Amino acid sequence: MRQLKYREAIDEATRQAMAKDERVFVMGVGVDDPKGIFGTTRGAFEQFGGSRVFDTPLSEAALTGMGVGAAMRGFHPLLVHARNDFLLLTMDQIVNNAAKWRYMSGGKLKVPLTIRAIIGRGWGQAAQHSQSLQAMFAHVPGLAVIMPTSPADAKGLLMTALSSDSPVICLEHRWLYDKSGPVPEDPYYTPLGVGAVVRPGRDVTIVAVSHMVLEALQAAETLAAEGIEAEVIDPRTLRPLDSALICRSAARTGRLVIADTGWRSYGVSAEIAARAAEELWGVLKAPIRRVALPDVPTPGSSALESAYYPGPREIVAAVKQCLEAPATSTTDGLAPSNRKEFEGPF
Amino acid sequence: MSRATTKRSARRRPAAPRKRDAGFRGLGPALLVDLYVTMRRIRRVEETIAALYPEQEIRCPTHLSIGQEAGASGVCLALRTTDTAVSTHRCHAHYIAKGGDLRSMFAELYGRVTGCCGGKGGSMHLTAPEVGMLGASAIVAGSVPLAVGTALAAKMASTDEVAVAFFGDAAMEQGVTHESLALAALRRLPVLFVCENNLYATNTPLRIRQAGSDLAQRAAGHWLPGITVDGNDVIAVYRAAKAAVDRARRGDGPTLIEVKTYRFREHVGPNYDIELGYRTQAELDRWMAREPMGALARRLERARMLEPARRAALDAQVEAEITDAVAFAKSSPFPEQAALYADVE
Repeated sequence: MRQLKYREAIDEATRQAMAKDERVFVMGVGVDDPKGIFGTTRGAFEQFGGSRVFDTPLSEAALTGMGVGAAMRGFHPLLVHARNDFLLLTMDQIVNNAAKWRYMSGGKLKVPLTIRAIIGRGWGQAAQHSQSLQAMFAHVPGLAVIMPTSPADAKGLLMTALSSDSPVICLEHRWLYDKSGPVPEDPYYTPLGVGAVVRPGRDVTIVAVSHMVLEALQAAETLAAEGIEAEVIDPRTLRPLDSALICRSAARTGRLVIADTGWRSYGVSAEIAARAAEELWGVLKAPIRRVALPDVPTPGSSALESAYYPGPREIVAAVKQCLEAPATSTTDGLAPSNRKEFEGPF
Repeated sequence: MSRATTKRSARRRPAAPRKRDAGFRGLGPALLVDLYVTMRRIRRVEETIAALYPEQEIRCPTHLSIGQEAGASGVCLALRTTDTAVSTHRCHAHYIAKGGDLRSMFAELYGRVTGCCGGKGGSMHLTAPEVGMLGASAIVAGSVPLAVGTALAAKMASTDEVAVAFFGDAAMEQGVTHESLALAALRRLPVLFVCENNLYATNTPLRIRQAGSDLAQRAAGHWLPGITVDGNDVIAVYRAAKAAVDRARRGDGPTLIEVKTYRFREHVGPNYDIELGYRTQAELDRWMAREPMGALARRLERARMLEPARRAALDAQVEAEITDAVAFAKSSPFPEQAALYADVE
């Protein structure tokens, strides 16, 4: 099948959604720029012009509110942010308006609004440009939160978001942008709330979020060399979450490791662990293990970054804890994370 | 209302000299009477809520608009049904003036399934999209950018609809209001920003919250016109709104209108609150002497445009609507438990 980069898949999804539905438009700081949000929006600007793809002031709160208002009047705005940290400026509009007006109106109003935002990492992005805030949004009823990992899912999930009649927040990890994968050319719609088994295995279930899926696959390769077969699940969407898929897998393997790009405390890994614990009491053979960010802000120095971000090595270690297997020298060759893949600058 | 009754009583009355009201110039009698009836409807709905509140069957906070009827009425009667409005926690008057159904409103206050939000919104989120009243946010300034968005939608869809954001003086202290003013001016969107300045945010006076008191001046910094009107003169409000609506419909962009007015009752709830000490009885008395509904009625009577008998008939009709709406609400069922999980995700 044809290969596309993740960024190209987003661009294609945007253009196909706009071609199919004239109510879809794109706005955000720099969307019509030659760089076009890392190449994800420029194509739409060139195809549809400035009336449907337009640059904006740096007023995140008003822009989101404007998106909600336009959505309630029949449009489907796609609001794009170069960092998900910027969404913190607009939490009232997202949480109190986008997520609630449908419910508060007893279903009379709908808010078909899609918000894309990027998770930065590395190259000294530090504390305010690298956060991974999915848990904050996934906490809120009325919002869908999607975190596609593969180029195919980036296209299929974004197409679904742009045809949904509810608000969707799409969080994209910057390190996925240059990854390639097979992507069908025709429009298609990947359903929300359906996870994917990206590698089957019998010994342990690793649920990994966004870029951690790639790190988990790397860990699984290492484990396979030792005869440990890990099943890797990408939930793809966090709200709704495919609990059934996760619990079926963990019930079969008896062991569950969760790897998230966000912080450990009160995070996505905590929610998945809680659901598994509720469903699988007496079924799991070992305590659930979590691999997540330590509870500190992101540091700037690359020396500290490498200590901050967990990677395949930590996932392998967590799996071995579950299996009560001895740590072996095979993990020593693993980088703390595959940070060398990203060269920067942003 | 009985037109025949009105005519008969007019015929019986000796012909008093008609005093022309220059302030009415260019405004039709139907509009003028409608302005009165709308204010009367708001006033009596709010007073009815206040009277019923001690029964504890209206189990939601109610922010009453008594004294502020002219702002909502003057603006909304300058709009078409297809124009949109968004509002605040104090949204009853806007809902009513925009033409929202009274049965649906009272049923919502009573938490019934027949309410305008199916019982899920309550007093602070009244909605009537069928007449352009989209809804209200209970977060100060939260709904202001929504009007910018509905205006953007109108412009992108090439309609000539106009959007209104109602908000209070405290919303001028929120960043998103200024972002919204600037954004609407930048894109020349058809929006009326209607700031109802009632001088208090809960119990905190404007003078200790903002360095100035003429809030319309804030518009200049965002490159849009700002207009101040006497918010207790419904004719002045109507004229200012009409000019801004016409301007917006022509494609000439947004206007900020500051409506200077005053709330008679406490911030939230049915009572007066002078005993709290944040304002004086003398101040309240001054504003009550200038209440807008009676002022218009007196002007209309002097101009022989609303005779006492016709006014009584119109008032009686408003009372009948309210009595019917309350009875409807009280006799309506509560939502089924399953409704808890509907209308989300």
